[in-house]
Amino acid sequence: MEQEILTKRISGKRSFKIQTNNNAFKSGMKDGVPIGLGYLAVSFSLGIMAKSAGLTPFQGFLVSLLCNASAGEFAGFSVIAAAGSFLEMAMAILVANARYLLMGCALSQRMEPGLALRHRLIMAFDITDEVFAITIARPGWLNPYYTYGAMVTTMPFWAIGTALGVMAGNMLPANIVSAFSVALYGMFLAVIIPQAKKDKVVAVLIVISFALSYLGTYIPFIKDMSDGTKTIIFTILISAGAAILFPRKPQEES
Amino acid sequence: MNTDIYIYIFIMAAVSYAIRVLPVTLIKKQIKNQFIQSFLYYVPYVTLAVMTFPAIINATQSKISGILAFIAGTIAAWFNFGLFKVAVTCCAVVFISELFIL
Repeated sequence: MEQEILTKRISGKRSFKIQTNNNAFKSGMKDGVPIGLGYLAVSFSLGIMAKSAGLTPFQGFLVSLLCNASAGEFAGFSVIAAAGSFLEMAMAILVANARYLLMGCALSQRMEPGLALRHRLIMAFDITDEVFAITIARPGWLNPYYTYGAMVTTMPFWAIGTALGVMAGNMLPANIVSAFSVALYGMFLAVIIPQAKKDKVVAVLIVISFALSYLGTYIPFIKDMSDGTKTIIFTILISAGAAILFPRKPQEES
Repeated sequence: MNTDIYIYIFIMAAVSYAIRVLPVTLIKKQIKNQFIQSFLYYVPYVTLAVMTFPAIINATQSKISGILAFIAGTIAAWFNFGLFKVAVTCCAVVFISELFIL
Protein backbone atom coordinates (compact mmCIF):
# COMPACT_ATOMS: atom_id res chain seq x y z
CA MET A 1 0.00 0.00 0.00
CA GLU A 2 2.63 2.41 1.14
CA GLN A 3 4.78 1.16 -1.67
CA GLU A 4 2.00 1.89 -4.14
CA ILE A 5 1.53 5.46 -2.93
CA LEU A 6 5.24 5.99 -3.13
CA THR A 7 5.36 4.66 -6.68
CA LYS A 8 2.45 6.84 -7.63
CA ARG A 9 4.11 9.87 -6.17
CA ILE A 10 7.36 9.18 -7.97
CA SER A 11 5.64 8.56 -11.30
CA GLY A 12 3.58 11.71 -10.75
CA LYS A 13 6.74 13.66 -10.19
CA ARG A 14 8.31 12.11 -13.25
CA SER A 15 5.37 12.88 -15.51
CA PHE A 16 5.41 16.43 -14.19
CA LYS A 17 9.08 16.62 -15.09
CA ILE A 18 8.46 15.17 -18.55
CA GLN A 19 5.74 17.72 -19.10
CA THR A 20 8.04 20.53 -17.97
CA ASN A 21 10.69 19.27 -20.38
CA ASN A 22 8.13 18.98 -23.18
CA ASN A 23 6.98 22.53 -22.60
CA ALA A 24 10.55 23.77 -22.43
CA PHE A 25 11.32 21.97 -25.70
CA LYS A 26 8.31 23.56 -27.39
CA SER A 27 9.17 27.04 -26.08
CA GLY A 28 12.70 26.54 -27.36
CA MET A 29 11.42 25.54 -30.79
CA LYS A 30 9.12 28.57 -30.87
CA ASP A 31 11.79 31.03 -29.79
CA GLY A 32 14.16 29.42 -32.27
CA VAL A 33 11.99 30.14 -35.32
CA PRO A 34 12.82 33.85 -35.71
CA ILE A 35 16.47 32.98 -35.08
CA GLY A 36 16.29 30.30 -37.75
CA LEU A 37 14.88 32.76 -40.28
CA GLY A 38 17.57 35.28 -39.42
CA TYR A 39 20.14 32.49 -39.73
CA LEU A 40 18.89 31.65 -43.20
CA ALA A 41 19.71 35.17 -44.39
CA VAL A 42 23.06 35.42 -42.61
CA SER A 43 24.25 31.94 -43.53
CA PHE A 44 23.23 32.57 -47.12
CA SER A 45 25.71 35.42 -47.32
CA LEU A 46 28.24 33.22 -45.53
CA GLY A 47 27.67 30.62 -48.25
CA ILE A 48 28.57 33.18 -50.90
CA MET A 49 31.87 33.68 -49.11
CA ALA A 50 32.38 29.90 -48.80
CA LYS A 51 31.96 29.62 -52.53
CA SER A 52 34.62 32.22 -53.22
CA ALA A 53 36.92 30.29 -50.87
CA GLY A 54 36.41 27.25 -53.10
CA LEU A 55 34.00 25.16 -51.03
CA THR A 56 31.27 22.94 -52.47
CA PRO A 57 27.67 23.23 -51.20
CA PHE A 58 28.17 20.07 -49.15
CA GLN A 59 31.37 21.40 -47.57
CA GLY A 60 29.63 24.69 -46.74
CA PHE A 61 26.76 22.71 -45.19
CA LEU A 62 29.22 20.61 -43.19
CA VAL A 63 31.16 23.60 -41.85
CA SER A 64 27.98 25.34 -40.71
CA LEU A 65 26.51 22.20 -39.16
CA LEU A 66 29.71 21.58 -37.20
CA CYS A 67 30.80 25.12 -36.31
CA ASN A 68 27.61 27.15 -35.75
CA ALA A 69 29.48 30.45 -35.75
CA SER A 70 29.17 33.41 -38.08
CA ALA A 71 32.35 35.32 -37.28
CA GLY A 72 34.27 32.08 -36.73
CA GLU A 73 33.26 30.59 -40.06
CA PHE A 74 33.89 33.90 -41.78
CA ALA A 75 37.42 33.89 -40.35
CA GLY A 76 37.86 30.24 -41.30
CA PHE A 77 36.79 30.81 -44.90
CA SER A 78 39.29 33.68 -45.17
CA VAL A 79 42.07 31.32 -44.05
CA ILE A 80 40.98 28.70 -46.58
CA ALA A 81 40.80 31.35 -49.32
CA ALA A 82 44.33 32.50 -48.45
CA ALA A 83 45.52 28.86 -48.21
CA GLY A 84 46.78 29.63 -44.69
CA SER A 85 48.48 27.12 -42.41
CA PHE A 86 46.54 24.82 -40.09
CA LEU A 87 47.93 26.71 -37.11
CA GLU A 88 46.65 29.96 -38.57
CA MET A 89 43.28 28.31 -38.93
CA ALA A 90 43.22 27.21 -35.31
CA MET A 91 44.26 30.68 -34.10
CA ALA A 92 41.72 32.45 -36.31
CA ILE A 93 38.88 30.29 -34.99
CA LEU A 94 40.10 30.69 -31.41
CA VAL A 95 40.11 34.49 -31.61
CA ALA A 96 36.89 34.83 -33.60
CA ASN A 97 35.05 32.50 -31.21
CA ALA A 98 36.66 33.40 -27.89
CA ARG A 99 33.50 35.15 -26.75
CA TYR A 100 31.85 31.72 -26.63
CA LEU A 101 34.33 30.84 -23.89
CA LEU A 102 32.92 33.70 -21.81
CA MET A 103 29.37 32.71 -22.69
CA GLY A 104 30.18 29.12 -21.70
CA CYS A 105 31.45 30.34 -18.32
CA ALA A 106 28.27 32.35 -17.83
CA LEU A 107 26.12 29.36 -18.83
CA SER A 108 28.03 27.04 -16.49
CA GLN A 109 26.84 29.16 -13.57
CA ARG A 110 23.24 28.69 -14.61
CA MET A 111 23.49 24.91 -14.98
CA GLU A 112 22.24 22.85 -12.07
CA PRO A 113 25.38 21.46 -10.37
CA GLY A 114 24.19 17.87 -10.92
CA LEU A 115 23.33 18.38 -14.61
CA ALA A 116 24.41 15.27 -16.51
CA LEU A 117 27.52 15.40 -18.66
CA ARG A 118 25.60 14.44 -21.82
CA HIS A 119 23.42 17.54 -21.44
CA ARG A 120 26.50 19.71 -21.00
CA LEU A 121 28.14 18.14 -24.05
CA ILE A 122 25.12 18.71 -26.30
CA MET A 123 24.29 22.19 -25.01
CA ALA A 124 27.88 23.28 -25.59
CA PHE A 125 27.64 22.31 -29.25
CA ASP A 126 25.27 25.16 -30.04
CA ILE A 127 26.44 28.06 -27.91
CA THR A 128 25.87 30.82 -30.43
CA ASP A 129 25.17 34.52 -29.83
CA GLU A 130 21.48 33.98 -30.45
CA VAL A 131 20.85 30.64 -28.74
CA PHE A 132 22.91 31.86 -25.79
CA ALA A 133 20.81 35.02 -25.68
CA ILE A 134 17.47 33.21 -25.46
CA THR A 135 18.84 30.52 -23.13
CA ILE A 136 20.27 32.95 -20.58
CA ALA A 137 17.06 35.03 -20.68
CA ARG A 138 15.11 32.17 -19.05
CA PRO A 139 14.77 32.34 -15.27
CA GLY A 140 16.29 29.82 -12.87
CA TRP A 141 18.40 26.76 -13.70
CA LEU A 142 18.73 26.12 -17.41
CA ASN A 143 16.51 23.43 -18.83
CA PRO A 144 18.58 21.66 -21.51
CA TYR A 145 15.40 20.72 -23.38
CA TYR A 146 14.71 24.40 -24.02
CA THR A 147 18.09 24.66 -25.74
CA TYR A 148 17.44 21.42 -27.68
CA GLY A 149 14.16 22.86 -28.96
CA ALA A 150 15.99 25.96 -30.13
CA MET A 151 18.68 23.81 -31.75
CA VAL A 152 16.04 21.93 -33.77
CA THR A 153 14.58 25.08 -35.30
CA THR A 154 17.84 26.99 -35.79
CA MET A 155 20.68 24.63 -36.76
CA PRO A 156 19.09 23.25 -39.96
CA PHE A 157 18.45 26.79 -41.23
CA TRP A 158 22.04 27.76 -40.58
CA ALA A 159 23.48 24.74 -42.40
CA ILE A 160 20.98 24.75 -45.28
CA GLY A 161 21.30 28.51 -45.73
CA THR A 162 25.06 28.14 -46.15
CA ALA A 163 24.63 25.40 -48.76
CA LEU A 164 22.06 27.51 -50.62
CA GLY A 165 24.43 30.46 -50.53
CA VAL A 166 27.17 28.38 -52.14
CA MET A 167 24.75 27.13 -54.79
CA ALA A 168 22.72 30.19 -55.59
CA GLY A 169 24.95 33.14 -54.82
CA ASN A 170 23.16 36.46 -54.98
CA MET A 171 19.61 35.40 -55.77
CA LEU A 172 17.59 36.76 -52.86
CA PRO A 173 16.54 40.38 -53.49
CA ALA A 174 18.73 42.83 -51.60
CA ASN A 175 15.84 44.42 -49.69
CA ILE A 176 14.77 41.04 -48.27
CA VAL A 177 18.33 40.24 -47.15
CA SER A 178 18.57 43.71 -45.65
CA ALA A 179 15.34 43.28 -43.66
CA PHE A 180 16.30 39.80 -42.43
CA SER A 181 19.73 40.95 -41.35
CA VAL A 182 18.39 42.96 -38.38
CA ALA A 183 16.33 40.08 -36.94
CA LEU A 184 19.26 38.87 -34.86
CA TYR A 185 19.97 42.31 -33.43
CA GLY A 186 16.29 42.72 -32.60
CA MET A 187 16.50 39.58 -30.52
CA PHE A 188 19.58 40.83 -28.72
CA LEU A 189 17.65 43.98 -27.81
CA ALA A 190 14.74 41.87 -26.57
CA VAL A 191 17.14 40.16 -24.15
CA ILE A 192 19.09 43.12 -22.80
CA ILE A 193 16.49 45.91 -22.62
CA PRO A 194 14.03 44.19 -20.22
CA GLN A 195 16.93 43.50 -17.84
CA ALA A 196 17.96 47.17 -18.08
CA LYS A 197 14.52 48.10 -16.78
CA LYS A 198 15.02 45.88 -13.73
CA ASP A 199 18.68 46.68 -13.04
CA LYS A 200 19.94 50.27 -13.38
CA VAL A 201 23.57 49.12 -13.47
CA VAL A 202 22.83 46.94 -16.49
CA ALA A 203 21.09 49.91 -18.14
CA VAL A 204 24.18 52.10 -17.70
CA LEU A 205 26.45 49.28 -18.91
CA ILE A 206 24.39 48.82 -22.05
CA VAL A 207 24.69 52.53 -22.90
CA ILE A 208 28.44 52.41 -22.23
CA SER A 209 28.74 49.26 -24.36
CA PHE A 210 26.91 50.90 -27.28
CA ALA A 211 29.09 54.00 -26.98
CA LEU A 212 32.45 52.22 -26.70
CA SER A 213 31.57 49.75 -29.41
CA TYR A 214 30.68 52.68 -31.67
CA LEU A 215 33.88 54.57 -30.81
CA GLY A 216 35.79 51.34 -31.45
CA THR A 217 35.00 51.66 -35.14
CA TYR A 218 36.93 54.97 -35.22
CA ILE A 219 39.77 54.63 -32.72
CA PRO A 220 43.02 53.85 -34.53
CA PHE A 221 44.44 50.36 -33.91
CA ILE A 222 41.16 49.12 -32.38
CA LYS A 223 39.22 49.79 -35.56
CA ASP A 224 41.52 47.45 -37.49
CA MET A 225 40.75 44.52 -35.22
CA SER A 226 38.21 41.88 -36.24
CA ASP A 227 34.70 42.19 -34.84
CA GLY A 228 35.25 39.09 -32.71
CA THR A 229 38.38 40.53 -31.08
CA LYS A 230 36.69 43.87 -30.46
CA THR A 231 33.75 42.12 -28.84
CA ILE A 232 36.03 40.20 -26.47
CA ILE A 233 38.08 43.24 -25.48
CA PHE A 234 35.08 45.45 -24.79
CA THR A 235 33.18 42.69 -23.02
CA ILE A 236 36.06 41.96 -20.66
CA LEU A 237 36.87 45.64 -19.99
CA ILE A 238 33.31 46.77 -19.34
CA SER A 239 32.19 43.69 -17.39
CA ALA A 240 35.34 43.67 -15.24
CA GLY A 241 35.00 47.38 -14.54
CA ALA A 242 31.38 46.89 -13.54
CA ALA A 243 32.24 43.89 -11.35
CA ILE A 244 34.78 46.05 -9.48
CA LEU A 245 32.60 49.16 -9.18
CA PHE A 246 29.24 47.45 -8.71
CA PRO A 247 29.87 44.02 -7.19
CA ARG A 248 26.66 42.09 -6.77
CA LYS A 249 25.65 40.71 -3.41
CA PRO A 250 25.42 36.92 -3.57
CA GLN A 251 21.72 36.88 -2.49
CA GLU A 252 20.82 39.04 -5.49
CA GLU A 253 21.54 36.07 -7.74
CA SER A 254 18.25 35.07 -9.29
CA MET B 1 43.62 20.26 -52.08
CA ASN B 2 40.32 18.51 -51.43
CA THR B 3 41.74 16.59 -48.46
CA ASP B 4 43.16 19.88 -47.25
CA ILE B 5 39.69 21.38 -47.15
CA TYR B 6 38.44 18.56 -44.95
CA ILE B 7 41.40 19.02 -42.63
CA TYR B 8 40.57 22.74 -42.45
CA ILE B 9 36.94 21.87 -41.69
CA PHE B 10 38.01 19.43 -39.00
CA ILE B 11 40.20 22.06 -37.31
CA MET B 12 37.41 24.63 -37.51
CA ALA B 13 34.93 22.22 -35.92
CA ALA B 14 37.34 20.94 -33.24
CA VAL B 15 38.47 24.38 -32.06
CA SER B 16 34.92 25.77 -32.16
CA TYR B 17 33.66 22.91 -30.00
CA ALA B 18 36.61 22.93 -27.58
CA ILE B 19 36.04 26.61 -26.78
CA ARG B 20 32.40 25.92 -25.96
CA VAL B 21 32.62 22.60 -24.19
CA LEU B 22 35.53 23.28 -21.82
CA PRO B 23 33.82 25.87 -19.59
CA VAL B 24 30.51 24.02 -19.27
CA THR B 25 32.14 20.69 -18.43
CA LEU B 26 35.04 21.91 -16.27
CA ILE B 27 33.15 24.51 -14.21
CA LYS B 28 30.62 22.38 -12.36
CA LYS B 29 30.54 24.23 -9.07
CA GLN B 30 28.97 27.55 -8.37
CA ILE B 31 31.69 30.16 -8.33
CA LYS B 32 31.81 31.79 -4.89
CA ASN B 33 34.20 34.62 -5.72
CA GLN B 34 32.17 37.82 -5.76
CA PHE B 35 34.18 39.50 -8.51
CA ILE B 36 33.92 36.54 -10.89
CA GLN B 37 30.26 36.08 -10.04
CA SER B 38 29.50 39.73 -10.81
CA PHE B 39 31.68 39.64 -13.92
CA LEU B 40 29.84 36.63 -15.32
CA TYR B 41 26.48 38.19 -14.49
CA TYR B 42 27.36 41.31 -16.51
CA VAL B 43 29.03 39.50 -19.44
CA PRO B 44 25.88 38.45 -21.35
CA TYR B 45 24.32 41.90 -21.37
CA VAL B 46 27.54 43.70 -22.21
CA THR B 47 28.57 41.31 -24.96
CA LEU B 48 25.13 41.38 -26.62
CA ALA B 49 25.07 45.19 -26.41
CA VAL B 50 28.56 45.45 -27.93
CA MET B 51 27.53 43.14 -30.76
CA THR B 52 24.28 44.99 -31.46
CA PHE B 53 25.52 48.52 -31.87
CA PRO B 54 26.78 49.83 -34.26
CA ALA B 55 26.55 46.51 -36.16
CA ILE B 56 22.78 46.92 -36.63
CA ILE B 57 23.19 50.18 -38.56
CA ASN B 58 25.83 48.64 -40.83
CA ALA B 59 23.82 45.48 -41.56
CA THR B 60 21.15 47.18 -43.64
CA GLN B 61 21.33 48.77 -47.09
CA SER B 62 20.86 52.21 -45.60
CA LYS B 63 22.20 53.41 -42.25
CA ILE B 64 18.94 55.27 -41.64
CA SER B 65 16.80 52.13 -41.83
CA GLY B 66 19.25 50.46 -39.44
CA ILE B 67 18.97 53.33 -36.96
CA LEU B 68 15.16 53.22 -37.22
CA ALA B 69 15.19 49.47 -36.59
CA PHE B 70 17.47 50.02 -33.58
CA ILE B 71 15.12 52.61 -32.09
CA ALA B 72 11.95 50.62 -32.86
CA GLY B 73 13.52 47.43 -31.46
CA THR B 74 14.59 49.18 -28.26
CA ILE B 75 11.09 50.58 -27.72
CA ALA B 76 9.43 47.24 -28.50
CA ALA B 77 11.81 45.46 -26.11
CA TRP B 78 11.15 48.11 -23.44
CA PHE B 79 7.47 47.18 -23.58
CA ASN B 80 8.35 43.48 -23.27
CA PHE B 81 7.24 42.45 -26.74
CA GLY B 82 9.23 39.24 -26.56
CA LEU B 83 11.94 37.87 -28.85
CA PHE B 84 9.89 37.08 -31.91
CA LYS B 85 7.85 40.28 -32.00
CA VAL B 86 10.86 42.52 -31.44
CA ALA B 87 12.74 40.75 -34.23
CA VAL B 88 9.79 41.03 -36.61
CA THR B 89 9.33 44.70 -35.68
CA CYS B 90 12.95 45.43 -36.60
CA CYS B 91 12.67 43.56 -39.92
CA ALA B 92 9.40 45.30 -40.81
CA VAL B 93 10.82 48.73 -40.01
CA VAL B 94 13.81 48.09 -42.27
CA PHE B 95 11.70 46.68 -45.09
CA ILE B 96 9.15 49.49 -45.04
CA SER B 97 11.57 52.37 -44.48
CA GLU B 98 13.82 51.17 -47.30
CA LEU B 99 10.87 51.35 -49.69
CA PHE B 100 10.93 55.10 -49.11
CA ILE B 101 14.63 55.76 -48.55
CA LEU B 102 16.11 53.86 -51.47
